[in-house]
Amino acid sequence: MRKYLALVLAIVLSFSLLLTACGETEGEPESTQGNTDADVTTVAEGEEEEEVSEGDEAVEVMTYEEYAAAELDTEVVIEAYVQAKQSWWEDKATIYTQDADGAYFVYDAACSQEDYDKLAEGTKIRVTGFKSEWAGEVEIIDATIEVLEDADTYVAEPVDATELLGTDELISYQNMKVSFTGLTVEDSGDGAAYLYAWDGSGVDGDDLYFKASYNGTTYTFVIESYLCDNTTEVYSAVKNLKVGDVIDMEGFLYWYEGVQPHITSVTVK
Amino acid sequence: MIKAKLLRTAAVLISVMTLLVSLSGCHGSREALNEYEMPESFDMDTEYEITFWAKNDTNKRQTEIYAQAIEDFEEYYPNITVTLRLYTDYNDIYNDVITNISTQTTPNVCITYPDHIATYLTGENVVVPLDSIFDDEKYGLGGSEVRFDSVGRDEIIDKFLDECKVNGRYYGIPYMRSTEACYVNKTYVEKLGYTLPDVLTWDFVWEVSEAAMAKDEDGNFLVNGQKVMIPFIYKSTDNMMIQMLRQLDAGYSTSTGSIQIFNDTTKELLYEIAEHAKTRAFSTFKISSYPANFLNAGQCIFAVDSTAGSTWMGTDAPLVDISEDEIVEFETAVLPVPQFDPENPEMISQGPSICIFNKEDPQEVLASWLFAQYLLTNDVQIAYSQTEGYVPVTERAQNDPEYLDYLSRGGEDDDVHYQVKIDACELLIDNIDNTFVTPVFNGSASLRNAAGQLIENTVKSCRRSEEINEEYMTALYADVESLYRLDQIDGSQSGNKDLGPLPTEAKILLISLAIIWIMIIIYCLALYKREKTRKKY
Repeated sequence: MRKYLALVLAIVLSFSLLLTACGETEGEPESTQGNTDADVTTVAEGEEEEEVSEGDEAVEVMTYEEYAAAELDTEVVIEAYVQAKQSWWEDKATIYTQDADGAYFVYDAACSQEDYDKLAEGTKIRVTGFKSEWAGEVEIIDATIEVLEDADTYVAEPVDATELLGTDELISYQNMKVSFTGLTVEDSGDGAAYLYAWDGSGVDGDDLYFKASYNGTTYTFVIESYLCDNTTEVYSAVKNLKVGDVIDMEGFLYWYEGVQPHITSVTVK
Repeated sequence: MIKAKLLRTAAVLISVMTLLVSLSGCHGSREALNEYEMPESFDMDTEYEITFWAKNDTNKRQTEIYAQAIEDFEEYYPNITVTLRLYTDYNDIYNDVITNISTQTTPNVCITYPDHIATYLTGENVVVPLDSIFDDEKYGLGGSEVRFDSVGRDEIIDKFLDECKVNGRYYGIPYMRSTEACYVNKTYVEKLGYTLPDVLTWDFVWEVSEAAMAKDEDGNFLVNGQKVMIPFIYKSTDNMMIQMLRQLDAGYSTSTGSIQIFNDTTKELLYEIAEHAKTRAFSTFKISSYPANFLNAGQCIFAVDSTAGSTWMGTDAPLVDISEDEIVEFETAVLPVPQFDPENPEMISQGPSICIFNKEDPQEVLASWLFAQYLLTNDVQIAYSQTEGYVPVTERAQNDPEYLDYLSRGGEDDDVHYQVKIDACELLIDNIDNTFVTPVFNGSASLRNAAGQLIENTVKSCRRSEEINEEYMTALYADVESLYRLDQIDGSQSGNKDLGPLPTEAKILLISLAIIWIMIIIYCLALYKREKTRKKY
């Protein structure tokens, strides 16, 4: 009798353990992650909740002219084509977009990983957000992105902005895909042709800063590490530059307290 | 006999099954590390490679000092190699650490904030508690076996050390301390007809800021003759809200993590801020850019930023982000952040601390601890504090003749002895007793972000001509609470929240236990009855 009872008790206990153990296997990592995520990923979740579906409502899409004329801090709706993706983090995407008339820098727009993956070069998207300015850079913030899947595609040709350097006209090309030809690499400090971070305080993998001159004026150029990390050709190319090299470049006409292009390709002549 | 054999076989099978089940329960999740125990002695014959994740303020000198510290430390301990990984943002370190906790690939030593440590502690034995390590005779603070001149525990400023306590235990050591300062364009304040007080009040700052918004017929601001003027810019709006609430003795959170920020005082403060955001007299770093750039261009009068940002402030600032032709001449005053009660000023204590992550090999952890201790030596403390408006965290460094000499030479040059920077250091030294920190708990980092978000959202809404009223405030509170999951933090801390129905697995276990107990009781009763029956005969 005792043996049977012990056997029955053991069986009951084993099965209950089996079932509860399965529960623990799934649950344990979740509880740890759950706690840590509370501090890290909540922003994205919250933003998701804030997304408003536009449904079938008619949306008035602005032309580039209308966008350029719009006051800062007003709501804007534009349609443009992805030229480059800079980053995606916690459901927020930063991208360079452009149409035939002008360019739009979309900063930290709500965007799922799935949608971000769809943003190939040339993809048409609709962006709804607020026109804003940060340190001279005009951008669209607090935005949502809609991928227009059946739309046409467009990849902009770089505009040669070499002769525009130093002119008041340059800013009207802000955020556009541009090229510069025949610039001379200058000393970025202590004879270096480039620096990790703006003052050399960074390490490999950080943004690269370098200087190049044209017609006697020196300008600062940046390899934005989120846009072109240290595995890209352009990152390596800049690391191989020497003071005095004559170079051609392509990139986006970004602004930070003055023009500070984000360079995507460098060719030494 | 066969029955007995079968029973034995079944018993063995069940035992094996139980064991397998127990083991399978661990499958898929890494085993937690054991609580750290200090080894008897440090093994000098084995090579140890440790990683140090550090933060610099995009300041080349800080990078150089870290590199020098590593080099010097490795001379004392040639068998320890320290690899430095640099960040320029505390939150990036925080995010990377969290990502690496689950794979047990955290760094060995890490610059951090206590708020962040509180989150790291949600993992078991992830961060090494330092209470007993501090006191270890051989390798603790001032320990006899430490190869360099280690600081004693009594040499670390108590107030700063106590800021590294989480849940009653020390999980870090302070590395540098700073506070916030208001960098004021004194020239413009006086041009507007005001006299700068020793301690700013919020009313004074708002009043002068509004006065600075006057324009001429061409739309130029009268005070600077430019098209741009944002009289008051705040870098860290989380600190702004936290300090305002503290100065008013209003709710923020309890020490155990009960969230109190969504109160009427907060709302009143937001209404006040909104008034000045509407006129564009007030803005924030996130909305407009670095306060220093506007200040130096003569486009800002009150720029609030960390004392660790002082080298960027003022006409002669050694670090600048704008072109030289944009910089204007003005006199810079360094004052405490605005106060509600200038007789009893209160300001935040901030700055980097250091924590040590647990590893399987206790010797590796000891190597990490030795390196962390080295960062408290005078060579590192004094050199690093001179890079920005930081104050060393040890009395030994603060009283060192070299450091005192440094402080006394403010204004001798616009580099190491840049006046604004040294003024910022002295501001903190003079106000150490007026500094405070917010309670640390799992989720306090989120609460801090939420505090800033309330201001950022309000200012943005004003700029977008949204109406700021009760309805707006209700929605704002709900949005921010949800965004940072503050309702969940509160519940997890207080333990009063309804946790919902029990999971099925738990129910099965409880029912099984109940069945077993019932069967045991029945068996005992049967046994008792049989014994009783036997006695009768």
